[in-house]
Order: sequence, then structure tokens, then C-alpha cells
Amino acid sequence: MPPLTDEQIKRQIQYALDNDWPLSVEYTDDPHPRNTYWHMWGLPMFDQKDPAAVFYELEQCKKAFPYHYIRLNAYDRRLGRQTLALSFIVQRPGNDPGFRLLRQESPDRQIHYTIESYASMRPEGERFTE
Amino acid sequence: MANSTKPEKNRWAAGVTPYAEMGYWQPDYVPKETDILCAFRIVPQEGVDPIEAAAAVAGESSTATWTVVWTDRLTAHEHYQAKAYQVVPVPGTDQFIAYIAYDIDLFEEGSIANLTSSIIGNVFSFKALKSLRLEDMRIPLHYVKTFQGPAHGIVMEREYLDKYGRPLLGATTKPKLGLSARNYGRVVYEALSGGLDFTKDDENINSQPFMRWRDRFLYVMEGVNKAMAATGEIKGHYLNVTAATMEDMYERAEFAKSLGSVVVMIDLTIGYTAIQSMANWARKNGVILHLHRAGHGTYTRQKTHGVSFRVISKWMRLAGVDHIHAGTVVGKLEGDPNMIHGYYDTLRLSHIPLNPLNGIYFDQDWGSMPSLMPVASGGIHAGQMHLLLHHLGEDVILQFGGGTIGHPLGIASGATANRVALEAMILARNEGRDYVNEGPDILEAAAKWSPALRAALETWKDVTFNFASTDTPDVLATPSL
Repeated sequence: MPPLTDEQIKRQIQYALDNDWPLSVEYTDDPHPRNTYWHMWGLPMFDQKDPAAVFYELEQCKKAFPYHYIRLNAYDRRLGRQTLALSFIVQRPGNDPGFRLLRQESPDRQIHYTIESYASMRPEGERFTE
Repeated sequence: MANSTKPEKNRWAAGVTPYAEMGYWQPDYVPKETDILCAFRIVPQEGVDPIEAAAAVAGESSTATWTVVWTDRLTAHEHYQAKAYQVVPVPGTDQFIAYIAYDIDLFEEGSIANLTSSIIGNVFSFKALKSLRLEDMRIPLHYVKTFQGPAHGIVMEREYLDKYGRPLLGATTKPKLGLSARNYGRVVYEALSGGLDFTKDDENINSQPFMRWRDRFLYVMEGVNKAMAATGEIKGHYLNVTAATMEDMYERAEFAKSLGSVVVMIDLTIGYTAIQSMANWARKNGVILHLHRAGHGTYTRQKTHGVSFRVISKWMRLAGVDHIHAGTVVGKLEGDPNMIHGYYDTLRLSHIPLNPLNGIYFDQDWGSMPSLMPVASGGIHAGQMHLLLHHLGEDVILQFGGGTIGHPLGIASGATANRVALEAMILARNEGRDYVNEGPDILEAAAKWSPALRAALETWKDVTFNFASTDTPDVLATPSL
């Protein structure tokens, strides 16, 4: 699937707001499936009901971090959920070299695996460029 | 329905007294909120009064035996007797629905084995009945609270996997039997790197001569980890730890954990106690627990005898599994749409209101017990994505075995086809489109970007499984779709 267009992103924002799920914008240059805590672009927009305003925040984040990963989260605070209802990436760096699989061989043919982002070997802020 | 009118025998005189006259039929009984309630579908033998039959079920599943025993008088027997309190004929059949209340004191806390030994114990072989089926149970919150419940539940699983807002995708490795460990891991790697979240052992893959369990675990985890590196997503394979003894199962589960597997799997055939033990293990060790319902069709499918799958769903939620196969609506295995909606509600909601249309006989309150992920598996493919999303919703694992591995361009393409179809459908649904009716168009449009999806749609475009279900609700609504 091709990346989402601005119009498509706005429709997903509308869907979240229609469900009463506040949105938040987060960014990182530390790609890893266990990287849970991306940097928050401000607080979750609990009271923001205007999709254009949410999209504006997203655009501001993109301007500030043009080569970072950026995601939009929608949060469901209902009892029994109290977790994300929706989370999708809206910007990716163009040159992420991906992950290296490290295999540590142990006795009895066991292998202990870990994955490491090639990019994260450089310091934060210097990982992705134009 | 009138009570028996023959002359009164003293309740305590030696010999046989009708169950209904021994206190097991109490039409005025108002169930307590702590009672366990059951709805049984009974077919009495010719000439047996349905009320006496219902009372007999209450008696035989609680305190009674076939004759009067004086030792009842040493107990507060009124408290321990189950009470049949309502018998309703099912129009146009020889069946009746009998409602029976059991005091909570009849059951050991936190034990499915004890609960079921009473409620589906001797009584199912009772000669005075032609057949008997446990349709539904109301499990009071007081009793619910004595169980651990799902080791992790849907919310924790999503946070653990970092996947939100869409069904998860899986595939069962095929052929079910005969692959060597090395070949088996190849299927896992291809399917996961192509875009699935999970792959799965089949129910009958344990540790056979063609592939021993330890070899399978090692090669599978190579595939899983390689796919994680390729995609940057969390991936898992349900490693089936089903074995002959608990000691064997613990050994296999510990090994799966030590290799870093996020999930292990068990079969329903291991029994309720073993399931509860594995659920405790799974919570303690942070490993998701998948349950394959192998064998359930022997007692859930026939409408007049056995145990409904909605009851099995309730027991498994209490027992503490995180995943359970619960039907597809559109696939190859038994499943009336309304009944399946009832099972999915039972597994996923906190409070399920009485709903005869979906086969739900009682209100059920789970309190804060976690929900668990239903798994839809068996004869489903990418071309049905709109129907799957419509019937089964978002908190479900869509498991395409043949629909991934049988793809003409290969396993990874099969996986990609399913992932693209799913994401296109979620996007369309969230945009407010009428995705059920426009489903085929949405898939066609997505296939323009995806040769894998195009090939899947062409291969399976005409595959449907339209057979009448055997287990259907008594109440029917006007069909809407």
C-alpha cells in the first residue's frame, strides 16, 4: 500500500474523533519493535475536537523532525480498554537501513537472538538525514 | 405443566420419590444473585413428564441419587439441592429448556474441573432423558472472581505486541504433518516476513517421529527472529506444548520461553485442569497462551445433546487462556452467524445481556476479568476480508492457513495479500465507507498496488462454504444480509 495522503490521514483523524478517542503525535529516531516510548509532541490532545487542529500539530512535528519516524495515536480511555485504539506511522525516514539479527550460540544448539537497528548505532538526532 | 398428582408419599419414606417432590422442582424459586444458573435443553423419554425430567437433571447434577437416603437429613439439604425453576417447551419440537439454579456453595472456588463434574457429570447419561444439552450458564461475579482468568487478555496482548486498531493475522503451518523441522521453519519465516503477525502449529503437531518438539522449536524461532529483523515488527509462532503429561508440557513451555517465544499453545484435549495450570504458568512467565479447541465438535455441534460452545467459551475465559478458536462465519467449519456472534460477545465483552437471537440465555457479568482474543480459522481467504471484519470485528485473529500457504506466488506473497487486504479494509472502514457492500471494490482497488492480492483474489474468488448449520438459535430474525 502506498503511504497515506494528507486527505487519508485527515479522515483517520476524523474517525478517531468520532469515536471520542483523543489523538497524540509522537516521534523517534530509535526504530525498534520494543521501543514503546517515543518522544511526545506535546500532551495528548484530550480536548481537541477539530481534525484540522490535530493535523496542524502533525505538520508542525514533521517540520521540526523531517527525518524522524512520526506516528499518530488515538487513545480509548473506556473501562476495560484504557489503551491505544489506533496507532499508525505517518512519516518514515527515507534511508532506514533496517535491523541486524544477532545470533548468540549457546550449548544444546540453542541460539539467543536479538535485533539491533543499524541506525541506532549513531547518536540520537544524527541517525537519519536527507 | 401440572405437577404430578399421585397421592403424597412421605418425602423421607424409604424407596423412590419423584425428584420433583424431593425439592428439585421449585417453580416459585427466585434465583439469588450468587447462584450459578444453567439452561439445559432436555428431551425426555416418551411418557416422562418434562418437569420431572428437569427436576431429575437438577437432582442428579447436585445432591440426589435414585432413591431416598436418610443421610440427607444430616444436612441443610434445601441449601445444597439444585432447583429447577422453569421449564419452557421449544415450539414444534419434543424439546424443553429447563432452567436450574445451583447454590455457589456447591462448587470449589477456581476449579473448572469441579464445576463441570457436577454440571455435566453423571446427568448426561441419565436414562430418563433421550438427550440433554447444556445451552448456557450464568456464572455469578462472586464465582468469576475466584478464577485467574486470561493470563494476559486482549489489552495486554496488544500492548505487548504493539499492534492496535486492526485484527491480527495468522496462518497455520501446512501440511499439518510430515514436514521436517528445517522445512517447517521455512514456512514460518516466509509467512511472517510476508506480513503476518503469527504463525501456528497445528493441533496434532506435538513431537512425532518426523519432527521432534525441540527441533521444531529451534528452527521455528530462527524463522520468527529472522522475520522480526526483516520487518521491524513483533512476530510470534504458537509453539504447541501439548504433551502426555504436565511435566512434559512444562518442560516444553520453559524451553519456548527460554528461546524468547512470545506465545505457546495448548489443545483443549489436555483437559480443564491442565489448561488452568498452563494459564497460571503463562501469566507467571509472561507468555501468551493460545488454545486450539481440538475435539470440541464431538460435544458442541449437535443441537440436542452435549455442551454449547458458548459454555466452553465461558469456561475457557475462567480457565485463563488468551486465544481461543471460535469460528469464522464464512469459512469451512460449522458456525451459524448469530451463534458465533454470541461466542465472540462471550469472549470479548465485560457484560453480555440476555439475547435469544445469539443463543445467550442469561445476562453475564465478567466484572474486570480480561477479555480474550477469538481466533477465526478454517477455510478463509483475503477475498472475504470485508465479511470477516463485519462479522468478527477488530479484536480477533484471522488465521489464513491454506489462504496463505496455498498462494500461487508463494507463502510470503500469500501473507502480503492478506495484510494488504486487511489494511485496505480497515482504512476504508475508518473513512466511513460502506465497506461491507463495497468490499469487493475496495479489494480490487488495493490489488492495483499489490500483485500478491491480485493473485489471491483470482485464485479464490469463487470459494465459499454455504452449508446449513446444525447448531442454530431457536429464535430467528429476519435476515438482513
